[in-house]
Amino acid sequence: MTFLTIGSLGFGGLLGAFLAANAVDTGIYAHGLLLVTFCVLGVFWILKQGGDTGGPADPESAIPYNDAVVRAGVIASTFWGVVGFLVGLVIALQLTFPVLNLDLQWTSFGRLRPLHTSAVIFAFGGNVLLMSSFHIVQRTCQTRIAGGWAPWFVFWGYQLFIVLAATGYVFGITQSKEYAEPEWYVDLWLTVVWVVYLLVFLGTLWRRREPHIYVANWFFLAFIVTVALLHIINNLSMPASFFGVKSYSLFSGVQDALTQWWYAHNAVGFFLTAGFLGLMYYYVPKQANRPVYSYRLSIVHFWSLIFLYIWAGPHHLHYTALPDWAQTLGMTFSIMLWMPSWGGMINGLMTLSGAWDKLRTDPILRMMALSIAFYGMSTFEGPMMSIKAVNGLSHYTDWTIGHVHSGALGWVGMVSFGAIYFLAPKMWNRTRLYSVRLVSTHFWLATIGIVIYTASMWVSGIMQGLMWRSYDALGFLEYSFAETVAAMHPFYLIRAIGGGFFVVGGLVMAYNVYRTAQGHLREEKPYEAEPVAVPA
Amino acid sequence: MAEQKDIDALSGIETTGHEWDGIRELDNPLPAWWLWIWYASIVWSIGYWIAYPAWPLVSSYTKGVLGYSSRAEVATEVSAAKQAQAGFRAKLETASMEQIRTQPDLLEFALAGGRSAFNVNCSQCHGSGAQGFAGYPNLNDDEWLWGGSLDNIRKTITHGVRNTDDEDARTSDMPAFLRDKLLTRPQVADVADYVLKLSGQTHDAPGAGRGAAIFAEQCQACHGETGAGDIEQGAPALNNAIWLYGGDKETIIETVSNSRGGVMPAWGKILDTVTVKQLAVYVHSLGGGR
Repeated sequence: MTFLTIGSLGFGGLLGAFLAANAVDTGIYAHGLLLVTFCVLGVFWILKQGGDTGGPADPESAIPYNDAVVRAGVIASTFWGVVGFLVGLVIALQLTFPVLNLDLQWTSFGRLRPLHTSAVIFAFGGNVLLMSSFHIVQRTCQTRIAGGWAPWFVFWGYQLFIVLAATGYVFGITQSKEYAEPEWYVDLWLTVVWVVYLLVFLGTLWRRREPHIYVANWFFLAFIVTVALLHIINNLSMPASFFGVKSYSLFSGVQDALTQWWYAHNAVGFFLTAGFLGLMYYYVPKQANRPVYSYRLSIVHFWSLIFLYIWAGPHHLHYTALPDWAQTLGMTFSIMLWMPSWGGMINGLMTLSGAWDKLRTDPILRMMALSIAFYGMSTFEGPMMSIKAVNGLSHYTDWTIGHVHSGALGWVGMVSFGAIYFLAPKMWNRTRLYSVRLVSTHFWLATIGIVIYTASMWVSGIMQGLMWRSYDALGFLEYSFAETVAAMHPFYLIRAIGGGFFVVGGLVMAYNVYRTAQGHLREEKPYEAEPVAVPA
Repeated sequence: MAEQKDIDALSGIETTGHEWDGIRELDNPLPAWWLWIWYASIVWSIGYWIAYPAWPLVSSYTKGVLGYSSRAEVATEVSAAKQAQAGFRAKLETASMEQIRTQPDLLEFALAGGRSAFNVNCSQCHGSGAQGFAGYPNLNDDEWLWGGSLDNIRKTITHGVRNTDDEDARTSDMPAFLRDKLLTRPQVADVADYVLKLSGQTHDAPGAGRGAAIFAEQCQACHGETGAGDIEQGAPALNNAIWLYGGDKETIIETVSNSRGGVMPAWGKILDTVTVKQLAVYVHSLGGGR
């Protein structure tokens, strides 16, 4: 296995060198060398590790879990989270004060915006999903993760994907597809990583020591398989040169738009919804120490969510060149998706019944409960915004930005923080977190930040939409575009303040995780009843 | 699994009997309200499919019983909007600028349309309040490069300034006195001092004295003996505090040395006659119309 891994890395290194040697532009040259560096460092690291691919955090564990790779995931998630939130704050301030673009191409909003979206969705969200799926699949299958070095390849290969994508954006390498900006060679690399991820996950399920597959793993499997499908199809393209960065999409015109939004909407559906429901189905019952509310509901809402979500993409293209029939299907499937989405909310919140009192004493559980509440709110808002009459007002406005962030900060962010706080003491085998009170601080900072952020974007977005469509009595447009921008300026500032709160919360978390890993315990007054330690 | 019933003590609900890493699952039924709202959303969707275009067929799609089409809808709305303005637009088409100014209902319509068209087409350079920026004239004051009468404004908007699309574009061409070696660097500085004097600013008196002679020889023909400017030639007035590029000595030296050449598109080739007329009336109304 080690031999095979080193051989693959050797092949990857040669490929990188070959690309760099024949490069027709500096992008491929630099990224080829990056691949070489990655493979060389990988070989050295494997040799240094000897045969040690990682063991359980708890030395007394009867099952030889690989917790080392989960630990790496906790660090990566925390790191990329802080980076992604910070870049978000920077671009929020750029919109408020354009001088912060610095008049440099590398720091302009147009390049930093994809850096922010990819950093939070793929770097932060993706690492949280790797971390938690690797943790949960091992625990709920009562077995070690499959494939010796393979999970490590998935982890480090994914980090390389992030670095390739991020450096590409800053230097202007993009295929200009929203949330799918990386060029063809980065897409191919991610495909390789993703296929290994799928094999590792399937392999672990295969060797499970439980008769049934736990619901969280259904969601993870749906997420991994569907994201592979979305990623490959939307990124089908022809490179202008196999030694250059530029490629041309296989699709054009409205077909390209539909493919793109089929992809992007299901990135939300399967990456940010299904994947994170997987987290919820494990960490919420564990932290609350209560059974999942309804097995039947989990089956019905899983299959209905998976089946209906995949149709909803066309609602991003209302009143465009997309044929009316496709718009109708996009809208109606979004409406039918409302209750299947809420099935997850019901199962999450009702799992807390019998444990509601813990919200007073356990800020981690409080974070998870709030995340489910935000999940419910944004999965109601989404179907509502997909209704054509509502969309006519909301589309292209800041309302969309507010909607996305109530889901991203409220649901994905909060449930991820909960998972990180759950894992940190266990993966470093500490008695508890460095500070439970700092979790509460983080909770309030993040909550205040989210409320300020989404409220300001609702007001600004609805105002923007109303200004765009307002006519005077004689039938002339009431406002110029510049006037709408001027009217939004105060809300941009308020939004940046909300984002600032959220960033500070992220820093508090990073500090808490760092001190926990160090084995420090903050001397603090415990909550009335300390959360009962749940065996890992 | 064991057939023995596993009851959750707290809720009294039976579990499925499985356990994963300590997690059990209750066997609660689907919430009725949840199920019924979901059914309702499906029924509503099926109704919507019957009413509106919905499902693709081999070479067509189900059209829906309402015969709805978003293209037809927008066409109806646009034509209704056009219809509502048709009466006024027809009158504007034939009315002279003077007629528009004197008939209150026509004037009101022209001002509203002009304001809207200005916001969309002109505010990018002249500013939302028509206040202008360096190089882009302020349209609120009564200083005009090419004349502030309704007809002059209309002509400027129609043909633009120094563009290559329209032969009748307004064009003035001040020499680049230093670059084209018509004047030396000290001479340019002297002229600048004289221009400062004309505009009533603090200046170097001996320099202005020398500059007066140069001004008379090089500048007077267009800008006039007192620096009052000439709208026939598009020569700006130099004897007041209004400046297109700036009235400090450094900027004046730059203007004299390398000249300037602001460009405005020929809007008559982009917008229809009625809109151009509306724009002229609107700009005229901003405060400086003559």
